[in-house]
Parts: sequence; structure tokens; C-alpha cells
Amino acid sequence: MIGPLRRLRMGVAKSLKPSYDVVIIGGGSHGLATAYELSKLGVKNVAVLDRSYLGSGASTRNTAIIRSNYRTAQGVAFYDESVKLYERMSVELGLNVLFSQHGHLTLAHTELAIAGLRVRAETNQLLGVDSRVIFHDEIRRIAPALDLSSRPRFPIQAALFHPPGGIIRHDAVVWGYARRAQERGVDLHPYTDVTGIDVVEGRVTGVQTSRGPVRAGIVVNATAGWASTIAQMVGLRLPIVTHPLQALVTEPLKPFLDPVLVSATLHVYVNQTDRGELVIGAEIDPYASYSMRSTLPFLETSASHALELLPAIAGVKVLRQWAGICDMTPDYSPIMGITPVGGFLVDVGWGTYGFKAAPVSGKRMAELIATGRVPDLIAPFALERFYTDSLIGEKAAAAVSH
Amino acid sequence: MSFLLSCPLCGPRDVYEFRFGGEAQARPTPGADQRSWGEYLYMRTNVSGVERAWWFHRAGCRRWFQAERDTRTNTVIRTGWAPLGGNLPSGNSSGSDG
Ligand SMILES: Cc1cc2nc3c(=O)[nH]c(=O)nc-3n(C[C@H](O)[C@H](O)[C@H](O)COP(=O)(O)OP(=O)(O)OC[C@H]3O[C@@H](n4cnc5c(N)ncnc54)[C@H](O)[C@@H]3O)c2cc1C
Ligand SMILES: [Zn+2]
Repeated sequence: MIGPLRRLRMGVAKSLKPSYDVVIIGGGSHGLATAYELSKLGVKNVAVLDRSYLGSGASTRNTAIIRSNYRTAQGVAFYDESVKLYERMSVELGLNVLFSQHGHLTLAHTELAIAGLRVRAETNQLLGVDSRVIFHDEIRRIAPALDLSSRPRFPIQAALFHPPGGIIRHDAVVWGYARRAQERGVDLHPYTDVTGIDVVEGRVTGVQTSRGPVRAGIVVNATAGWASTIAQMVGLRLPIVTHPLQALVTEPLKPFLDPVLVSATLHVYVNQTDRGELVIGAEIDPYASYSMRSTLPFLETSASHALELLPAIAGVKVLRQWAGICDMTPDYSPIMGITPVGGFLVDVGWGTYGFKAAPVSGKRMAELIATGRVPDLIAPFALERFYTDSLIGEKAAAAVSH
Repeated sequence: MSFLLSCPLCGPRDVYEFRFGGEAQARPTPGADQRSWGEYLYMRTNVSGVERAWWFHRAGCRRWFQAERDTRTNTVIRTGWAPLGGNLPSGNSSGSDG
């Protein structure tokens, strides 16, 4: 599995062509998925440019949680299509992406939280997504390691159970898309920094890069945490603030935890990987920053909060911690589609939750590019919604659950 | 802690004592059209470089002030009561990340 992928990661690119029909900026899961889907729709002459190695951004720094138990009808329908695409991905990409649908538990420690979970369960069920509120008897069966006693300061009262949720091998997703896209004729150009975008009479005509200029009729901004810096090149401001998000991983343990556990009250989530390690994450760092340095406060609070849920892990060693950056939007929903600059498209605002969306946004962004029509599924996520007061509030379902 | 921020009243403190209040920007006049308000409420420069932003000393004097900080490295350049005078350093765009 590693052979072809290592060559891609090393990524000594062929020379840049002077002109492409579509230039995608950002070689993460979103840029690569879009390129792959374009090749399937017969759009030729597509390039993906990344300033570093492919997958160097959030796409290989995330905690790889996949789920569709969101809160709004638009969100649920959108993420549900992505989960379905992920279920077929190993076959589609010819690479085992290790999608383990071990279930997802969102814990409620208060009456108010239970009410919020009920709203989500009802919306999910109406849209055909498997999701329901469960109580101690069932929680104990699904996650026996959880402390359900009244010892913790905020005892667990109920949970939203989402059986199709789970985790995936994020590197494999990136590599799988990259390899397939390349086989189908997409030019992948890692180590190609976009430094400017040419706009003539309100339309993009090309990009400037560290390896020279490239003409392009369509330019897609798929740079997640760096999205504002690319938008600035065409004079556009986005409703995005970049925040770091951190995670940590422990030494491997024998399998004892099936589902992903999320607690909004404790600002922490935990899951056990197929290799036995516990992956622990939290909310975003509370200030805007492009720095990818990890911090001690994150380590301390996440470890102590995880212990509230799973007292048995006291004494388990932390192997490493890391950080990535996230393009946060005011409503915790993404921004996809056209912009006031002709030919300049955005696939941004992925915040802390975008990895799960790469297959569906790649597919629908490709459809938009190939047909010139905005697909219904992504129309609600237009940039214009911030001027018309039609936000899609997902904070309750996405601030701590990613 | 991850970095220190100097409150104009209380002096240097752990950044976790403060609430980040977002980048400083000009407020539209009350009669401005909906687009201008949408722009003000939601659109951000979100610079990768030196940013002038609002901070609130939550666990201290509970006053709002402003800070200039390089968002690539979290280096704090200066803090003071709003509005901070002077211009932001130039060459203030994307670049390598800290
Ligand atoms: C710690 C952490 C945990 C997360 N957990 C989850 C989770 O459990 N589930 C989930 O769904 N999501 C999660 N996310 C969010 C998810 O990782 C992202 O939303 C998603 O990976 C974004 O993918 P992308 O392809 O859009 O961006 P990225 O993978 O960030 O790719 C953007 C690329 O753009 C490139 N770039 C930037 N500037 C330029 C330039 N000027 N020129 C050329 N290239 C440029 C970068 O090098 C980068 O490779 C998490 C994120 C983090 C950091
Ligand atoms: Zn103070």
C-alpha cells in the first residue's frame, strides 16, 4: 500500500503546463476529491497545486470522525450523502481506507443537553438517518468503560446514539484520491505555492506560483485554514476566522472502547483506533491563529476531562500531540460554490468537521464546474447566505463533535 | 500556557485569562444597508500576519482592550486601550506559518 503513495508524497512534480482549464488550490482531501470527481465527469486538463506535500494540511491532522447526525435538514442531507460515499470508498478507490462504523455517542450531562439531542434525533430520523436518544441501560451495553455513576461533577444522563458513525484512515483517503486522480490524468503539483491570482475585468485568468505563472479559466479555493489568504488574492473577504485545533494520542491498549464518545459539556471526545490507541480531542483553541504549535493547556484539560469519562485510563501514557488549523464560519457550516469573482469558486469553511465531507463536496463541486449549475444539495451553503440572513446553524452539532 | 498577553491594567497574563473578541474593524452607520451590515457582522480579513484584535480580560479587570499580534507565531507586538493608534506593519499578508 505504501509504495505508490510514498512516491506521491515525495511528489516530485512534472513541469507545470502553461495553462489548465481548472486549477484547484489545496491538495488536501477536498481538492483531491474534487479533481478525481472532475476526471470522472470527463473534465480534462485539471491541476491540483499545494505549497507543501499532498495532505500536509488538516486532512492528515484530523481525528477522522465520520457521521451525519447533524442538526439542520440541509446539513443532515449533505453529510448523509458523504457517509454513503465513504461506505463505498475502498472499492471506488481500490485502497482499504479502514472505515470502521463502530457507532458514535454524543453524551448529555444535563436536561438541556437531552432536549438538544432529541431535536437532532427527530431531524435525523425524518431524513432517514439512524440516530436515537438512549439511556443508561443501553449506554452501558455499548460502552461499558464509561463512568455512568454519580461520581463525576456532571454525571452522564443520556446519549445520542448514531450507529453508522465511526472513524477512518485519513491518510489512505488522501492517498487513494491522489492516486486515482493522477491515474485519470489530473496533474498533481505539490511544493507549488500559489502567491497571487490574476483577475481581469472581474474574472480569474490564472494564478501566480512559486514555479511560475499558470493560466486558468476556473480557480477553486480548497485551502481550508488558509482560505482567507487565497481569497485575499482576488480582493475577497470571507466569513472565516482561522483557529488551531489540537489532538493527542495515547499508547495502544487492548480493544475496550467501540464507539466514538463526545461530551460537549466536558469539551472532549475520545475514540479507540484499530491499532488500540486512544485519540483524544477538544474544541478549537479560543483565539484566531495560523500557528500549528501544540500547547500544554490543551494536553492538561483534555486529559483530565477524558478521565472524567473513562477513569480506567488513568496512568495511560500520551504518545504525542499535534495541531492543525481550521477555517471557522459563524454558523459552523461550510461555504461552497460561486463568488462575486467570475471563475473563482470556494470549497471552504470546513472548520473542525470537514474531513467527513470531502467525498460529497468533491462530487458536488465537480458537478458545479462541469455543468455550470449549482447542485441543489450544496445550494444552501452559498457564500451569499451571509448577506441574506440565511445561516445554517450547526454549532450545537459541531462545536465539540467534529 | 501558550503565550502571554499584557493587559493595559493588570500586566502580562496567561492568554487563557482573556476572551478573544475578533479583529478590530469599523462599524457601519446605523442606517447602512443590509449588505454593509452583513459585511461587518460576518466578513473578516483573517490575516496571516499582524492582526489588530479585541480582547476582554475575563479573569481579571474585565475590561476590553486591543492587541497587535502576529497570527503566524502568536508574537504579541503591543497592547493598549482602544483604539490603538498608528498603522499596522506593511508586508502583512500570507507567508510561512509558525
Ligand atoms: C486536530 C483536528 C481534528 C479534526 N477532526 C475532524 C474529524 O474528526 N472529522 C472531520 O470531519 N473533520 C475533522 N477535522 C477537520 C478536517 O480535518 C478539515 O476540515 C479537512 O481536512 C479540510 O480538508 P481540506 O482538503 O479542505 O483542507 P487541508 O487538508 O487543510 O488542505 C489545504 C491545503 O491547502 C494548501 N495551501 C494553503 N495555502 C496554499 C497556497 N498559498 N498555495 C498552495 N497551497 C496552499 C495547504 O498546504 C494544505 O495542504 C479536524 C481538524 C483538525 C485540525
Ligand atoms: Zn486586566
